[in-house]
Amino acid sequence: MSKMSGLGGRLYRGETAIDFIGKRRRWYSISALFVLASIAALSLQGLHLGIEFKGGSSFTVNQPTATVQQAEAAVKETGIPGELIIQKIGSNKVRVQTGALDTVQNNAVQDALAAKFGVSVESIDTQIIGPSWGKEITRKALYGLFGFLIVVMLYLAMAFEPKMAVAAIAAVVHDVFITVGIYALVGFDVTPATVIGFLTILGYSLYDTVVVFDKVRENTRTITATSTKTYSQAVNHAVNQTLVRSANTSLIALLPVGSILFVGAGLLGAGTLKDLSLALFIGLAVGTYSSIFIAPPVLAQLREKEPAMQALAKRVNSRSGASTESAPSAAVAAVNGRGPRNQPKRKGRK
Amino acid sequence: MSTTNKPVKTAARPGRSLAILGLVLVAMTSLVFIQGATSVHLGLDLRGGTSVTLQPRIAPGEAGKVTSESIDQAVSIIRQRVNSLGVAESEVTAQGSGTNRQIVISVPGDTGRRVVELVGQTAELRFRQVLASGAAAPAAADKAATPVAGVSADVNAKFAALDCTKAENRQGTGTDAPTDTIVACDRAGATKYILAPAEVLGRQISKASAGIDTQGGNAWYVSLTFNNEGTSAFGALTARVTTLPEPTNQVAIVLDGLVVSSPRITEAIPSGNAQITGSFTQLEAQDLANVLKYGALPLAFDRGEVQQVSPTLGADQLNAGLIAGALGLGLVFLYSLLYYRGLGLVTVGSLSIAAALTYLLFLLLGKWIGFTLTLAGIAGAIVAIGVTADSFIIYFERIRDEVREGRSLRTAVETGWTRARRTILVADFVSIIAAVLLYFFAVGGVRGFAFTLGLTTLIDLVVVFVFTKPLVSILSRVNFFSSGHSLSGFSSKSLGTIVAKEA
Repeated sequence: MSKMSGLGGRLYRGETAIDFIGKRRRWYSISALFVLASIAALSLQGLHLGIEFKGGSSFTVNQPTATVQQAEAAVKETGIPGELIIQKIGSNKVRVQTGALDTVQNNAVQDALAAKFGVSVESIDTQIIGPSWGKEITRKALYGLFGFLIVVMLYLAMAFEPKMAVAAIAAVVHDVFITVGIYALVGFDVTPATVIGFLTILGYSLYDTVVVFDKVRENTRTITATSTKTYSQAVNHAVNQTLVRSANTSLIALLPVGSILFVGAGLLGAGTLKDLSLALFIGLAVGTYSSIFIAPPVLAQLREKEPAMQALAKRVNSRSGASTESAPSAAVAAVNGRGPRNQPKRKGRK
Repeated sequence: MSTTNKPVKTAARPGRSLAILGLVLVAMTSLVFIQGATSVHLGLDLRGGTSVTLQPRIAPGEAGKVTSESIDQAVSIIRQRVNSLGVAESEVTAQGSGTNRQIVISVPGDTGRRVVELVGQTAELRFRQVLASGAAAPAAADKAATPVAGVSADVNAKFAALDCTKAENRQGTGTDAPTDTIVACDRAGATKYILAPAEVLGRQISKASAGIDTQGGNAWYVSLTFNNEGTSAFGALTARVTTLPEPTNQVAIVLDGLVVSSPRITEAIPSGNAQITGSFTQLEAQDLANVLKYGALPLAFDRGEVQQVSPTLGADQLNAGLIAGALGLGLVFLYSLLYYRGLGLVTVGSLSIAAALTYLLFLLLGKWIGFTLTLAGIAGAIVAIGVTADSFIIYFERIRDEVREGRSLRTAVETGWTRARRTILVADFVSIIAAVLLYFFAVGGVRGFAFTLGLTTLIDLVVVFVFTKPLVSILSRVNFFSSGHSLSGFSSKSLGTIVAKEA
């Protein structure tokens, strides 16, 4: 732990610097690869939508000895139409999912299962979703998504800079794509709880990005008055300075979400907790990545196009070109300025 | 760094905010006891029960019928029906805004199927003369060959094609226009009918009650009393059909487009009383009587979602939620202590205060605005542990940055705060935007999640401002921290720098 804290100090002063901005092509390519894979998975496999979106019924029998075969036989006897999905959940539950049924058919399935397994009708956990309900849920989720993106973009543009808002939203869109892609690829069930998870991630991913951008803004407030760092270098320094913080906040956020996932999947087997925390878990991981590897480089690229920043870059390059010979590592070299002075004094350094 | 006026001036403040926070906690706790709000309202998914979400059905060309008023009216009728079940703490509410609203019915306990059938019924009752009846299945050519006289060819064709053995034809749509001649199935799917325009309507009923016929084999029936208008209409109808041949001497009692029974009328009934028999169980008879008593719904509804959770599953979900919360909180505590050492205690303290505030607010809001804790709500609160702890980390890292810049801990705590405060405010604000939007765009469980997420984010802000910051200010004066003790979280080793030790 203290090793990591020590790393924090070195990162803060720029003695250790990871080149996030200069190697942006690499991060972009990695993300592009993931986004392409996501699009491919989405178009080839599609999302595995839960009955909440398609309409249908789900019956869960809590009976340790119940088997999938027994449940299937019992339900088949009722002669209901459509496809059946029957799964064993945890060690003592069997879940039957059917297509959209009417009240009479739903009651028939409940009765058949209750009779087969010797349980009361009331003890069967039932969820019945009307066929038009899914459209309603989907519509609301999309409204929520777009409403959120627009409001946050406006807010960030006001609180920070318009270009920061664009970069932050680019990172969020990236997160949504990749998370949805993972769902398509792995074939996880998408339920309304998953959608809540997605929408929450958006908030969280932005939270991370906001923390990084806040530091960027602080570091670049008077940047055009100096000629020590280019905008990109300043952004890179900010990302390095907030790296330990990002790692810590992400890890701390993942701990409770991981607990929900562990308990939800382990104790309950399926349902709201599992769906929600799985989406959060994947999304948080992707969101942390994008707040470090995507949002800052996009911001740097956007700002470097400005004439003032290009002039700054020219000034900085002509200065550093005189002191160090290798231009590509300028970002690292420039922020290394303070390093040697501190290093000899440090104790316990390896 | 020399001692200036600044630390002296701030000296009074941290103590004061901690004292205020203490008072608020004591006040909230006493309020909880005074108001008797000592238990959190649990949602049906945590204690078992049935919830039904009804979506207004918009028939083609009838979009104008779904108005805010008609939904309110439906809510109050459904509420009366649900109350007739006599289950405590049942709830009927409309969610959403304007005409795009759903009605959510929650009834705790084992009433499952009964609730579902009771609330969804439009309960449009009509009395129609039977013009023809036949076996349920669509007949072969022979039936089509003998069209019923006095009925349009169109209706005859529909009658011939109707298959009452199919469940989708026994949906009880309640969309039959009273002035039309219609074809209909009976509830059991055994017989199909051609029915004349309605002559007596449900709104002409003034009273309805369930009774048992002890002589006739203990059969349950529903007895009706018509109002004046209904009495004369029903009298005229029964007088007219008694002399007609089979099956036109039958009067069909049609509920939501399905024939409940079609008694043969042997004599005119001018008294204004009638009985509906139809092999009812006791509950069915009572429910039908209630439905008729409280009137028909102004709109037809689709059952959007029906969720029936057994008490066992409810208890399991509650346990899982609590275990996940305890585990998550424990892991965050552990990590903060390992990483931030002494400073981690501030995280532990702040999170505990946040947890206490959250719990007290759950109790009070349950009393004040009927806040109900659902599984999704618990998940929201657990996720918020992370968001809350994050604001402490932002602050701590900021202090460490300031110390790395060469400031003394006491100064770093103050300068770090002014910078961290902004970041925390912006980040929490984004979190609150997300919660508010989720709340307004979502239905059902999602709202519970958004509500607790938003609430706990606000609590986070309060705790950071009135607890964490003042506590850190006070601790920065304690030698253990300001001297950079190896377990304080500010040691030169853990900061990776030479701390400008305070003289």
